[in-house]
Amino acid sequence: MKITLTPKFYMRLSLVLAVLLWLIGTLIDILQLLADRSDVNLGINPILTKLIESVFLILVMIYFRYRISTTESGNFIDLLWRVFATGLVTTIISLVIVLFYSTIEGTPLSGNPFVATFFKDLNAALISVFLISTFTVWKRLILYQRTKKLIYYWNIFEAAIVLSAFFTLTELTLQNSLVFELIFAAMAIMAILLSANLKWVAYLNFKQKWKGILLILLITIYIFYFFNSLYVGTSDSESFFNNFDSLFVLVLFTFILFYSIFSLLVILFNLPTSSVFEKKMEEALNFQRLSQSISQGENEEEIFEVLLMSSMSAVYADAGWVEINSPSNDNQFLTKQISREEINSVKELVLSAKSRTILKNPYASEGSNDRVIVSLKRYHYRSVFIVPITLQHEVIGFMYLLNEVAESFNKEMINIINTFSSQASVAIENFRLMGKAIENERYQEELNIAKNVQRQLLPEVLDHNEAFDIHAFTEAAAEVGGDYYDTFKLDNNRFAIVIGDVSGKGTSAAFHMSQMKGIFQSLVQMDLSPKDFLIHANTALSKCLERTSFITLTYFIINTDKKTIDLARAGHCPTLYYNKRKKTAAFLENKGLGLGIMRNDTYKNFVEQSQLTYSKDDILVLYTDGISEAKDKENEEFGYDRMCKLLEQNAHYDPVMIQKVFIGKLYEFCHDTDLDDDYTMVVIKFK
Amino acid sequence: MIEIDKINENNYLLITVSGEADASSSIHLDKAIREAMDDNGPNILIDCRQLEYISSAGLGVFMSYIEEISRNSINFIIFGLSEKVMKVFGILGLDQLLIIKDTKEEAIAQLDAV
Repeated sequence: MKITLTPKFYMRLSLVLAVLLWLIGTLIDILQLLADRSDVNLGINPILTKLIESVFLILVMIYFRYRISTTESGNFIDLLWRVFATGLVTTIISLVIVLFYSTIEGTPLSGNPFVATFFKDLNAALISVFLISTFTVWKRLILYQRTKKLIYYWNIFEAAIVLSAFFTLTELTLQNSLVFELIFAAMAIMAILLSANLKWVAYLNFKQKWKGILLILLITIYIFYFFNSLYVGTSDSESFFNNFDSLFVLVLFTFILFYSIFSLLVILFNLPTSSVFEKKMEEALNFQRLSQSISQGENEEEIFEVLLMSSMSAVYADAGWVEINSPSNDNQFLTKQISREEINSVKELVLSAKSRTILKNPYASEGSNDRVIVSLKRYHYRSVFIVPITLQHEVIGFMYLLNEVAESFNKEMINIINTFSSQASVAIENFRLMGKAIENERYQEELNIAKNVQRQLLPEVLDHNEAFDIHAFTEAAAEVGGDYYDTFKLDNNRFAIVIGDVSGKGTSAAFHMSQMKGIFQSLVQMDLSPKDFLIHANTALSKCLERTSFITLTYFIINTDKKTIDLARAGHCPTLYYNKRKKTAAFLENKGLGLGIMRNDTYKNFVEQSQLTYSKDDILVLYTDGISEAKDKENEEFGYDRMCKLLEQNAHYDPVMIQKVFIGKLYEFCHDTDLDDDYTMVVIKFK
Repeated sequence: MIEIDKINENNYLLITVSGEADASSSIHLDKAIREAMDDNGPNILIDCRQLEYISSAGLGVFMSYIEEISRNSINFIIFGLSEKVMKVFGILGLDQLLIIKDTKEEAIAQLDAV
């Protein structure tokens, strides 16, 4: 069987060993007695008996160390009760022994030294158990509020106690040894000093204090009784315990007695103030309730309720109400112990009262934020305390606290009410913020839907044939953006490709972008020339774009049969074109005007169409100004030159790779600055 | 950030625009031009020598007045655009619709020529 070394195991082991040792010790005592009678030397070293006794005491200490676990606040009375119970058992057994003796009075058994020795040993062992258990409980009480220093002193004291268990081995006695006396005196002083640690008393409420007094009083009586039975008891019989000479027992008695008396006195003197302490605790709890009311999903009314209840109990108010201003002159009331009629008469009296004290709120400057104390005459409520309830520097209502006693609000009460009311404000503010946060989350959800919808406005598959490869990339700064690209297969050899950018960003841009999609999809089917496409698109957009919005666009028709590109530019950033034969890249800067700028038929005068012929491995890079105007930390733009060079250096790659290099370089360039525009890029490479 | 100053010179209103005209700040630009169009005579000069950047929203402000300028025969002259800003005007095609001059002197000369 595997033995696990749990505290429970140690506890049981120490108990079993202690009982065994006691039995052995008692047996030796009896044998010794027997041997003395028949003048036989047993050959047992007296040191051995003393060692057994010392080890027995240590084992009991170990047992209680595990038995009485660490104290939690509130169960002090349980601990005291445990000491009391142990003492009771010990006393009962001790009384039974006495009773037993008185019944056998006169019989030969009463004079029997063996019986006497057995009972004396039993009694002494039980008293030791009581002493050690009490010692352990006192230790828990002393160490309830731990400081490094206290633990240090305590450890010294406990070590001294453990060592003193072995002091009997020195054969020194109290009566004739100065060393003994000195050590005893030193340890007693330590015990008294440690007995000053009585902080746990403060955590007892009034009822618990009374219980505590009773229990400690009884424990003190036990101590005197046991002391008496050990030291004043008369018996010359050999005993396993030679208590009178045991430093251990003497120190324990001293310590336990002092601590009992000290606790008794401190609890007694703390009785009158315990209600104040309880009040403070209640205030702290109320304060916590106010702060936590949000997380429990309570509403504003419940927060006011908590505020009113806590405040009334804090100032011992007889009545009170909270009045929350409402814009429709229909103020909301929360009342306690007072009717609406009374409220009205109190308010009238308050307005006409002459005796009023205005208390400035140290945290606010406006006059409406002052707390007011009014004394009323000829009314059963004699004092009124009016506290404004503010929310973000704005008074949203008042709390009235009424008392039948005049001048009943003292400074502490006012302070605590100030804290309560500001905490309530914080709670309400949090409550409202929470509501807003939830609403925002809903908007965010809507935006995500918009984002998904917009994604679908951009083509997933780009129309093309085996004459060219095409690849697109887009990214929006916000959830939705104003960048647009699309393709359309006019016939087997001709493809319309468009790239556009709506002025502005975000939602409005996204709406215009979807309009553009509609216009492209309808106009493209008419198979217009790029210039005509722009003219028609401008006419259509002029009717639906808002005044300051416009759209830039470049429209391409790629003819893979004739190897030509027709294009017209409506104010969009010039297309980057790489000429494989010349090994150079350049921008196609033909004349153009953004859509929606000239909202009449003169628009046609501002656009032109051009044509170029492509050859194998030529590259067309379409993009939006998010790329060309991207800025680094020094506010420098990514710029046209950089784009030109980048394309020349990477012209050997396929469109996907070119896009990756561009965006990679762009991120590197913008490093650390936020992405604040939408950017889109379409790369076409001819075969 | 954008800063806009308005000075009434002899026969024209001079609006000085400095800083960056982006989506949020161009509202101020729009307000300034709107007031100038409503209250002042037919001569408006826009000094853009300190204008460092203009976004599409800023361009949208200038764009939105083009029709009103030609309808009401207002002399609306922009001058002192930096190379970068000028390029933005050019790409969009606004240089075809607005009178843009290099210097203040040229702008005033243009005013007198009309």
